[in-house]
Parts: sequence; structure tokens; C-alpha cells
Amino acid sequence: MPSSLTSFTPVLATLVSLLAVLPIVLLGKRPNLREGATFLAAFIKFGLVVSMLPTILAGSTIEFTVWKIVPNLAIAFRVDGLGMLFGLVASSLWIVTSLYSIGYMRGLKEHSQTRFFTFFAISLSATIGVAFAANLFTLYLFYEMLSLATYPLVTHHQDKEARTGGRTYLTYLLSTSIGFVLPALIFVYVKTGSNMEFSNSGFLSGHITASEALILLLLFAFGFAKSGLMPFHSWLPGAMVAPTPVSALLHAVAVVKVGVFCILRVFTGVFGTDYLQDLDIATVVAWIAAFTVVVSSLIALTQDNLKRRLAFSTVGQLSYIILGAALLSDRAVTGSMTHIAMHAVGKITLFMCAGAIFVATGKKYISQMDGLGRKMPITFAAFSIGALSVIGLPPTGGLISKFYLVTGAMDADQTALLVIFLISTILNAAYLLPIGYRAFFPKDAQLANQPFSWKTTEEANWQCITPLSITAVLAILLFIKPQFLLQLAGLMVGTNG
Amino acid sequence: MIDQSPALILLAPFLLAILLALLGIKREWLCFPLVIAGLAISVAASVVTLLRVIDEGTIQYFFGGWEPPFGINLRVDGLNALVALAVSTVSLLTAIYSKRAVPAETSDKVSQFYTLYLLSVTGLLGIVLTGDAFNLYVLIEISALTSYALIGMGSRRATLAAYKYLIMGTIGASFYLLGVGYLYIKTGSLNMYDIQEQIVANNLHGSPSIFVAFVVIIVGVWIKMAFFPLHSWLPNSYAYGPSTTSALLGPLVTKVMIYVMIRMILTVFGPEFAFDQLDWSNIIVWMSVIAILAASISALAQASLQKILAFLIIAEVGYMVGGVWLADKMGMIGSIYHIIADAFMTLCVFLFAGIIFTKTGRHDISAMEGLFTKMPLTMVGFLVGAFSLIGIPPTAGFFSKWYLIQGGISSGHYEYVAALLISSLINAVIFFRIIEIAYFGSKPAEGHGYHHNEEQKDGTMEASFSMLFPLLITAAVLLGIGLYNQEVVEIITNFVSQFNIGAIIL
Repeated sequence: MPSSLTSFTPVLATLVSLLAVLPIVLLGKRPNLREGATFLAAFIKFGLVVSMLPTILAGSTIEFTVWKIVPNLAIAFRVDGLGMLFGLVASSLWIVTSLYSIGYMRGLKEHSQTRFFTFFAISLSATIGVAFAANLFTLYLFYEMLSLATYPLVTHHQDKEARTGGRTYLTYLLSTSIGFVLPALIFVYVKTGSNMEFSNSGFLSGHITASEALILLLLFAFGFAKSGLMPFHSWLPGAMVAPTPVSALLHAVAVVKVGVFCILRVFTGVFGTDYLQDLDIATVVAWIAAFTVVVSSLIALTQDNLKRRLAFSTVGQLSYIILGAALLSDRAVTGSMTHIAMHAVGKITLFMCAGAIFVATGKKYISQMDGLGRKMPITFAAFSIGALSVIGLPPTGGLISKFYLVTGAMDADQTALLVIFLISTILNAAYLLPIGYRAFFPKDAQLANQPFSWKTTEEANWQCITPLSITAVLAILLFIKPQFLLQLAGLMVGTNG
Repeated sequence: MIDQSPALILLAPFLLAILLALLGIKREWLCFPLVIAGLAISVAASVVTLLRVIDEGTIQYFFGGWEPPFGINLRVDGLNALVALAVSTVSLLTAIYSKRAVPAETSDKVSQFYTLYLLSVTGLLGIVLTGDAFNLYVLIEISALTSYALIGMGSRRATLAAYKYLIMGTIGASFYLLGVGYLYIKTGSLNMYDIQEQIVANNLHGSPSIFVAFVVIIVGVWIKMAFFPLHSWLPNSYAYGPSTTSALLGPLVTKVMIYVMIRMILTVFGPEFAFDQLDWSNIIVWMSVIAILAASISALAQASLQKILAFLIIAEVGYMVGGVWLADKMGMIGSIYHIIADAFMTLCVFLFAGIIFTKTGRHDISAMEGLFTKMPLTMVGFLVGAFSLIGIPPTAGFFSKWYLIQGGISSGHYEYVAALLISSLINAVIFFRIIEIAYFGSKPAEGHGYHHNEEQKDGTMEASFSMLFPLLITAAVLLGIGLYNQEVVEIITNFVSQFNIGAIIL
């Protein structure tokens, strides 16, 4: 039996970035100190998360109950394998993105930078709060907090485009969370006699009928619209009006991963995979996810705006994770949990490259990037590595998670869905690989014949280049050393990698 | 002194109203401190009374020691102790806000305004505290007559609005009085608890007179609380009156009438009669669904903040009427909790509207342009109120929806659950439209980036302290009763548990 410890660390890890808001606001007039506060908070947060890692890997959980809020229900934290995995991803990438944000925001002389860093820190608190939530109620609390805290980030430019994007963003996220998740939440509360604690085998079994279970499952799957499950995905490309660091961290890592994380939690912690297997209802969600994977990949193919193409790619990749969870086999669930990390590292690299290109050249469209690899070799090398990881090719971490997903589909005897995985991999390659290829080997013969020299490169500033190089290296490292991620995911499905 | 606390809740504003009428005309500077003093005593007495109720249970208070049927009697239990505290606190906060608003909007009638203000509060507190059905009628009239005058002091259109309110309000009160008449004929008593005992003792539940009394009383109360479609008097009265009047009456009048409805159902007629014997639950819950949806959609169509709020109040009345008639304990608890929560959240947004009106002289929502940079603290207060009306945790509004939806689910009224959720979403649209205007301006810049912002930065025009303070306190209260909702709900649960309503899930 896994033991559980009581410790304040998860609460602290959640709160540290919220507390950082005060120094960030107070130091608003002194940008260097202000960014120092962000970094300090980011490192402390990462340190706190890492400090819990050995305990979790040893098979224990860490718990803390903060506040009894409604009868028999508390704001409570509990760190387990899945939460730790997501917490690690979000907190480590926050450090990288902070550096990148500085380069990007200063490079473009953006306005209201203090507001930007403030809400960034709040969003990170919400993200870690979701990762470490012990029950559905706490999860919902932080989920809503994240929707609201990211609104000023998405609409940062405060122009017409931002207003439209922000409107779509909030409309989708709030209407689904209030319209679907909230009633589902209260329904669960009423039916189970107020037990909402996540557990490895779920807690719904025996409390609801099969048809109620199906409705609940769909309410949760669509309600957590941050996961971009079609038809509730259009907020994601809309949110691309945000400055690129926001797209990078929030729309490749925090926000969207919070969505799929919640769905994974519902599958594994609320229903329990065994119960879902008995009811045989997860296939519905699996097919919706499969549909999303294919359609979004096809749409991605048609996009010329780089960020939009990446956004649709994200929609598809998120549905991989949902699909993996819905396959219910141990290996598929492991793959889906690992994919949270693998895709995060790959996609954040791609987004940061897109931002670096914009900072250095002002170019947003793929058609303008012909031959650009010769001017920005580091950026495009990183881009290619990120692309390999997202597609799932060696030598990158993406291969590992995809391997588990595909073999998981075999375990579940879902041949049709297996085919979907394969088709979509080809589509992924088709919309990502040509970008890097064209950048290095342009169609234009004149460009192609120019000799390459390091002296003629025009990379973005170092604050932009360093982080994207780090994440590209990380993508390769995760290929070599994925064991701890697999172990964390293994804790949740009862096998050991 | 402690023993006198229930009486002090109403006597403090009442006696000071008289004092103010005598002294205030010549010495206008005296008005504000006297009002604050009176209401502060009232709040303190409410707190003491509530603590006593938690400690000792129901308190009986007889004025001058005269027991019923001759004397005037107050009877305070968990329900009205809470509501009285909410009423006195809201009126104190509004009074603080009024320091600058009243001289600005009703410059020539400051002392009259404050006298009426205190009398109106006395009426509302009396309705909440009295244990006598006829006194309740008198107090309804006191609060109503004063509020007609308070509204009429507003803009030119307010006179007509107040007149309309007067007609409707009088009809409502007359209905109520008629019902009390029937009750008196059948039971020979006007004391609420005595009436209940007489009904049970003489087995009058099947009597047609009691039935008529119930119908007439409920309809009368519905008119007074603006339950859709009996709401037509409300929007203009609250939109055109002085901002202080709106901030006092908007949060309180409808809520106090909901209290009367609950009191009549639970204490006078008994839930067995109202819910089990009549079995109107389905019809009235559906009526409340229509009320919630119709009022929310009407709110969406308004361009002035005051009007939006007026329609939201009507929608919230639908929440509570529906919640009560779910005939479910959780629904009842949710409705009572919502009385408190809604009083503070509407107060929060009315105060905000008042501040904007004082600053810009405008009511329409485009007046809110650029307010995040100009009035950041005011916007913080507004955001808490707006989030509460939408139902975003951890504000009080989230938890009242939580309990109401729980009631809806456990009693199987999914149409009511759906109506609550839709109305939440409509509120989200309404408030994010305002937030958008405050954040982007009504005509955001074309193209990439926002660059004309720097020079506006120093131009903060934050509201004066006397206006900002009550707004921020209200926001804090909303977060407080949200986070500590268990403590509030415990008091309500203790009260509701005396009655036999549906099944309880806790």
C-alpha cells in the first residue's frame, strides 16, 4: 500500500508564484529587479517541486488539507505520480519561458510589462494548483482561476484582434466550465454523498447508473475545454493573438495541458479505468478524440501563419493524450501521461522559435521563411528538433510516448484507432517537416546557392535563443533518459514502466 | 443592555430618524454622523443578537414587557438574525457611500433624505424581526412609503417611476393585508407562531379560507419582491432614483420580501401545508425558471448599468423563489444563503455604478472606458461583485449557486439547474462586456499593439475614500462569506432542520 505524508510543500509550491506578485508589482518601475523576482519565484517553485520527487518516486503521496469549504469538502492538495509529472513540466518550463519572455518583451518593447509578468505568475500558481489538487472541487477552483488569470495575457496587445481573440477565449472556456463541469461536479457531489477525493481506482463506481456515467463523462470531456477537444477547440487558434511567450508556455504547456490533465484525472481518478472498462463508454470519447486528431492535422496543413499552424497541431496532439486515456489499457494511459511532458517540451520549442523569428525578422508566415535557416541556423535547428519530437521521431522524447500510445492501442485491440495514430503521424510530418527543410534548402535557386557563413546570421537576442536551445536539448535528453517520467506515470496505472 | 439587543437593532435607526428630523434641517453637517452612529449601533446590536441566537437559540422580546396578544413582540431565530445583520450592514455601508453622493444628487433635501433613509431601514429591519403578522404589514408600509419618497428625489423620470411603484406596492401590500385578515378570522390571532399553532390545533389546513389566505399573501409578497411577471415597477424605480437610494433599496427590498415569503411558508403556514398539501412545486419552479431566463435576457438588452442591475435583481428573485419551492432542504438553505450573498453582491455593483455616476455623470456602460488604468481599486471591488454574480469561486455567489444547484439536483428539478447555469453564463456575458470596455476602451486600436497608453497612466481618478471604502468592504465581505460559507450555512441548517422539508443531504 502506498503511504502518504502530510506536508505543506505542495501548498507552498502552488503559492510561491502568487506571492511573487507583490514584489513584481512593487518593482514595476525597475524592470531588472522585477524580472529577478520572477526568476527567484520560478527557481523556488521548481526546487520545491523537485524536492518532492524522491518521495513520490518511492511510491508515497504527499497531502495537505487547507480549508474545509463546504460540508465534507475541502481545498486540499495531494501530490501523486501524475501530479508530480505535470508539476515538473510546468515548473521547469516556467524558468525557461521567463528568460524567453524577457528577451521577447524587451526585444519588441511591449507595453505594460509589469502586468504581463504579474498575470504570468498568477497563471503558474493556478497551473500547479491544478496539478496538485486532491479533489475535483480544488481542481475546478484552480481551473477557473487559470481561465481568468490568462485573459489579460491573451489580450495583452489590447487591440481589436486581441479583443476578438479574448472574447472567443473566455466564451469557450467559461461557458464550458460553468455550463458542463459545474453541474457535473455538483451531480457527483450529490450522488456520491460528497466524496470527491481522487483515488487510483476512482470513486464513482456504484454511485451512478451507466447512462448517468456516460453523460457525466461527456460533460467532463467537453467541459474541460482547455483540452481543445472538438468542437470546443476554436479558442485555441483564437488565443494565438497573445504575445509568443504566452502562446509558448500557456498554450503549449500550462493551459492546454491543464485541460488534458483534468480529463486524465477524471478518467483515472474519478471514474477509474476499471470502472470505465466495465461500462464500456470510453470508446465514445476515444472516437471524438480520434476525429479531432485527424481533422486538426488536416487544418494545420492549410495554415500559412506559423503560430496558427502550431495551434492546430496542439489541438491534435492534445487529443492524442485524451485518446490514450480513453483507450484505458495500461500502456496507453502511461503513454498519454508521458506525452504531456514530451509534447510540452517539443511544442514550447516550436513556439519559442516562432517568436524568435518574429523578433528577429518580423515574419509570421511560413511562406516568407524560405531560406531563413541560413540566417537563423540555431533557431531552425531547434525548430527541427522540436518538430521531430512532436511527430514522434528519434532522437527525441516524442518517440517514447508515441511508442507507448501505439502499443497501448494494440493492447486495447483498437486496430481502427491504431490506424488513426499512424495516419496522423504522417500528417504531423507533412505539416511540420517542410518548414525546417525549406528554411535550410530554399526553393529559390539564388538563395540556395548563397554560401553559408556564421557572420551573415541574424539571430534574435540571446534571451530568446538560449531558452529554445535548452528545450531542444531537453527534447533529446528525454529520449535518452525517459525513465523517471515512465516511472511516475507507472505509479498511476500500477505497472512499472 | 445585552438583553435589549433585538430591540436596539430597530430602535437605533428609528430614534435617530426622529432626532435627525428635529435637528437636521438647521444643521446639515449633523446628518451624516447621526446616520452613521444610528446604523453602527444597529449593526453592533445585530451582531450581538446573532451571537446570542447561536448560543441560546430563539430569542423572544416583548416591548415594555407586554406579552402578546397585547404587546409588540420580536422573535429572533437563526433565519432573521442573519437577515437582520445583512440588512443593517448593507444600510451602514450605503450610508458611508452616501457622504458625498447625497449632497451632490439631492443638495436641497439632505436632512429629509437621511430621515427617510433611516425610517426606511427601520421598516426593513422591523419586517425582518417582528413576530406579528399585522405589525409586519405596518412595517412593510413604513419601508414602502419612505422608499417612494426616496426614489422620487432622483432624476425627473424618477417621479413617474416612484408613482408606478406606489401603485404596485400598495396593491401588493393590500393583498398581504387581505390574507392576514383571513388568517385573523380563522385563528383569532395575529402572532405568527400563534397562528401556526391555531391552524394545527384546529386542523384548519383543509380550510378554504386558509387556502385563500395563503394564495393572497404569496401573491402580495410576489408583487413586492418583483417576481416576474409582477416586476414591472422595479427597473425604472431603481434606475432613476438617486444612487444612494438604489444602493439601499436594490440589495434589500426584494431580499427582505423573500424573507417574508420564507417566513410565511415555514413559520405561519408550515411546510407540510405549503409544499406537501398544495403540491405547487412544479408550477412555481417552472415560473421561476421563466423568471430567471426572461429577466436575464432583458438584462442583456440594457445599455445602462443601473438597468442591467435592476433586471439582474429580478433574475435573482427567480433564483430564490425557485430555490424555496424546490421543496428541498438544500434548496431552502441555498435560498436563505443567497438572500445574504445577493444583498452584498448587488450592493457591490450598485456602489460601483454610483461611483461611476458620480465620476462621469453617466449610467451607460460605455462610460466605463479605460477604468482599469484610471480607477484600479474601484475596478477590483467591481470585479469581485461581478465574479460573485457570475458565480466564480471563491466568491459568495459561487457557493449560493452551489447549494441551489445541489437542491435542484437532489429534488430532480433539472430545468431549474439549467436555468441557473444559463443565467450564470448570461451574467458572464454582461459583465465581461463591461470588463472589456473598461480594459480596451469602446473603440480599441486597429492593428498590432497598443501604444497610446503611457500618458493616460498618471491620470488616475480614483474615487474618494468615503465611496471606495464601502465598495472594498463589500468585496471583502463577499470573499469572506464565500470562504466561510460553512459557518453561515451551519446557522441556516440549524434553522431549517426544525422543519420537515424534503430529504437533506449533508
